[in-house]
Amino acid sequence: MELYKQPAHTLHDMLVKREITSTELTRAFLNRIEQTDADIHSYITTTAEKALNMAKSADEKISSGESVSFLTGLPGAIKDNICTLGVKTTCASKMLENFIPPYNAAVMEKINHMDAVILGKTNMDEFAMGGSTENSAFFPTHNPYDTDCVPGGSSGGSAAAVAGGLAAWAIGSDTGGSIRQPASFCGIVGLKPTYGRVSRYGLVAYASSLDQVGPLTRDVTDCANILNVIAGYDSMDSTSINEPVPDYTKALIKDVRGLKIGLPAEYFVDGMDEEVIRAIHAAVADFKAMGAQVVEISLPYTKYAIAAYYLVASAEAATNLSRYDGVSYGSRVSGEDIVAMMTNTRTEKFGNEVKRRIMIGNYALSAGYYDAYYLKALKLRTLVKEDYDKAFEKVDVILAPTAPTPAFKIGSIINDPLQMYLQDACTVPLNLAGLPGISLPCGFSKAGLPIGMQIIGKPLAEETIIKTAFTYEQSKDFHKMFAGVIE
Amino acid sequence: MSYEAVIGLEIHSELKTKTKIFCGCATTFGAEQNTHVCPVCLGLPGVLPVVNKKVVEFALKAGLALNCTINKFSKFDRKNYYYPDLPKNFQTSQFDLPIAEHGYVDIEVNDTTKRIRITRIHMEEDAGKLVHAGDTIKDSASSNVDYNRTGVPLIEIVSEPDMRTAEEARAYMEKVKSILEYIDVSNCKMEEGNLRADVNVSLRPTGSEMLGTKAEMKNLNSFKMVENALEYEIERQEEILEDGGHVIQETRTWDDNKGITLSMRTKEKAQDYRYMPEPDLVPIITTDEQIAAVKKTLPELPDARRDRLIDDCGLSSYDAGVITNSREMAEYFDAVIKQNVDAKLAANWIMGDLAKNLNAAGKTIAESPVSAKNLAKMIKLIQNNTISSKIAKKVFDEMWQSDNDPELIVKEKGLVQITDTDAIEKIVDEVLLGNPKPVADYKGGNTKSIGFLVGQVMKASRGKANPAMVNKLLKEKLSQ
Repeated sequence: MELYKQPAHTLHDMLVKREITSTELTRAFLNRIEQTDADIHSYITTTAEKALNMAKSADEKISSGESVSFLTGLPGAIKDNICTLGVKTTCASKMLENFIPPYNAAVMEKINHMDAVILGKTNMDEFAMGGSTENSAFFPTHNPYDTDCVPGGSSGGSAAAVAGGLAAWAIGSDTGGSIRQPASFCGIVGLKPTYGRVSRYGLVAYASSLDQVGPLTRDVTDCANILNVIAGYDSMDSTSINEPVPDYTKALIKDVRGLKIGLPAEYFVDGMDEEVIRAIHAAVADFKAMGAQVVEISLPYTKYAIAAYYLVASAEAATNLSRYDGVSYGSRVSGEDIVAMMTNTRTEKFGNEVKRRIMIGNYALSAGYYDAYYLKALKLRTLVKEDYDKAFEKVDVILAPTAPTPAFKIGSIINDPLQMYLQDACTVPLNLAGLPGISLPCGFSKAGLPIGMQIIGKPLAEETIIKTAFTYEQSKDFHKMFAGVIE
Repeated sequence: MSYEAVIGLEIHSELKTKTKIFCGCATTFGAEQNTHVCPVCLGLPGVLPVVNKKVVEFALKAGLALNCTINKFSKFDRKNYYYPDLPKNFQTSQFDLPIAEHGYVDIEVNDTTKRIRITRIHMEEDAGKLVHAGDTIKDSASSNVDYNRTGVPLIEIVSEPDMRTAEEARAYMEKVKSILEYIDVSNCKMEEGNLRADVNVSLRPTGSEMLGTKAEMKNLNSFKMVENALEYEIERQEEILEDGGHVIQETRTWDDNKGITLSMRTKEKAQDYRYMPEPDLVPIITTDEQIAAVKKTLPELPDARRDRLIDDCGLSSYDAGVITNSREMAEYFDAVIKQNVDAKLAANWIMGDLAKNLNAAGKTIAESPVSAKNLAKMIKLIQNNTISSKIAKKVFDEMWQSDNDPELIVKEKGLVQITDTDAIEKIVDEVLLGNPKPVADYKGGNTKSIGFLVGQVMKASRGKANPAMVNKLLKEKLSQ
């Protein structure tokens, strides 16, 4: 049996039963990385030595009979915009190419506390801006299903690592779909928690009011287990929610009888791939067959979500990224005076997409344009939220495609920002509303590429969407597949 | 043409919280460079601010003490501008919903009370400090940044342009400082930059309602600087207008050594700070209960205290104003008069010899070597004629050196006043005998010469004779 092909919970059981050691497991993943990452490019930094040390200490815990957590000794990967003490955190940007954080993100503290093994830091779109991981300043990541295709983004490295067996689990971040869309493109499970459910402390900010950290995993069981680790209030994050965290694994139940599922007409956008539509409709039929009720709903403001999103996110990004000026950390390009130094640094070290959004954001916040753009976007955001509130009076969850298409070819739309932004049509409305959403595989295109569907819940209804996703997953074989082949 | 100045102040006051506004770093002044810093105040990637509750409490206190309305829904905003002492390149401040608005303070200038309106009070973080390699930024090849001050909490108190003279501006700033000291939210050490003002001034023809073009002077950190800079600037603008010129809108710096203002940068158009709501912080919701609770913690404020000293102690408005200007002095005064001593006498001693000695020694009244208790004892000795006022000065000087019990000093040094008529009469007779000329002058109509004779008697008694008795006896004998 090839260990790297197994979901994390299977590996966890094997570790606990002492059928394998964490050191063996970690070596297996490190080997896999060595053999395949030249093709996939999922990691920016690998930390083999550290990983083996962590594995060793996990093995000691397991063999001493101490109580172990789900993550004890399980090798995983962290998106490179989550601060890791003593390990480079680049955000896939030349700006932070050599930045080594002197502190750990809140999620890292939690994960380390569980004695997990960290294999390295994964590739992404620069500062999480993009939907294909082509905006990485270093190299694009390739989809394990078809290396000519993108893995999605911005958490493309994390998604590809999990799908390709280069990590047993991974952490990503989702500002407008950056966990769910790559999960969909790579045939795995990705969950964006309710805004405030997971601490953002130490997640390098792209758009503060939209960013959330979440898991990318091989199946829903792994997803629930990792959410258990990372969810919870953090006094270091004023926007985190001070509510008790349930045991999400209790929601791993096969039962959708009586569940009311809403199907929003507006999510079947123009240009949506026929195969995607067919896959979603097939899933709808499956849910009905399992006893769920499916009702058509309307979320009329959905069509403004992308515009609102790109204004709000860019405005926040413009100020969040102001700090990269070459003064006290990060890259510096010298100049004849301080203004020239700052200008040169930002001109040379930011990529085009980052600069584009900084410019959009500053424009939207400028005197005379604020009301017309930023303020209007905030109003639309409220309307999008109200759409959901109304819908959730009638339904328990909302089902929609995760992305309009399966994974596209590397280079095919990178020079067409608008086309790229439309990729986010089904994912950004949740971020605007702060809602939780999970993407899981629901079929394949004729070309053999995975198709994902998204289950959206009310605020803090992670249990409901996990239960719904689990029920569907267990009725199919997609989660048993590895890169398109049933293992 | 005669002109009238229109002056508004923005006062920045550092709050005396133990820790910074958004992180746990200490706010202590004067620490070694970059030792009170952490990822949050350094603005490292990924960090988030958390509001120090004490800052909100202090701002509420200031708002209430300055007669403001508290905004029950208040929020933080980002003020965007690039400067190397600002690690995030935005300052977390408050824009359209500050914590407090619509307040006022009353000032006294030339015996009239004037109300100066306060537009708003908002909370914000201080920036770091540039440490230039040379003396000024212009002659430095490089500069270091000290981030210790980054994130020290500030409140900015913005006045309406209600002041018309440099004197009024000074009185306003003194009053605000006094109130902040009373409510104990700021150390108000101006030399450490705890309290500094940006001053706006424009001129207009007297009687006009229109506003002229203003100049702004930033970071004035003493009352004298505010007053001098304004006096200079008013004169400068007046000369321009007299010559038929136009004042340009600009920021000017005050050169304290040369006593002039210099152009720093012209504001051709207002800088666009691209304010936006701070997404990393939640709004500050204040309830009526919280406001009531903070109100309860407010001490008696300077105006009320001054009125009390006028009404209950019979002090003049001026004396009461001087004493209550500083909370420390007012408390010292209260401690003295609590010992049942004459309030006016106490006020004179505190504002006179004590203040003079403190000034010379560069000490605050809280650091006074003479305790309130001993000063009260000494005043009692004057009141019961044990010592004269003149001797009291000697006793006071002794107390300043040692803070010994004044009764002890008087006893040990034999300074008890001579009130025995026979003893004084003896000295008076000797003086009259020894000074025939002044005696003759007096008798000849030059009554002023009695002053010399009193002095001689006092001298002969080594100051111990009761001056009133000396006067009385001399007059009696001279008119015999």
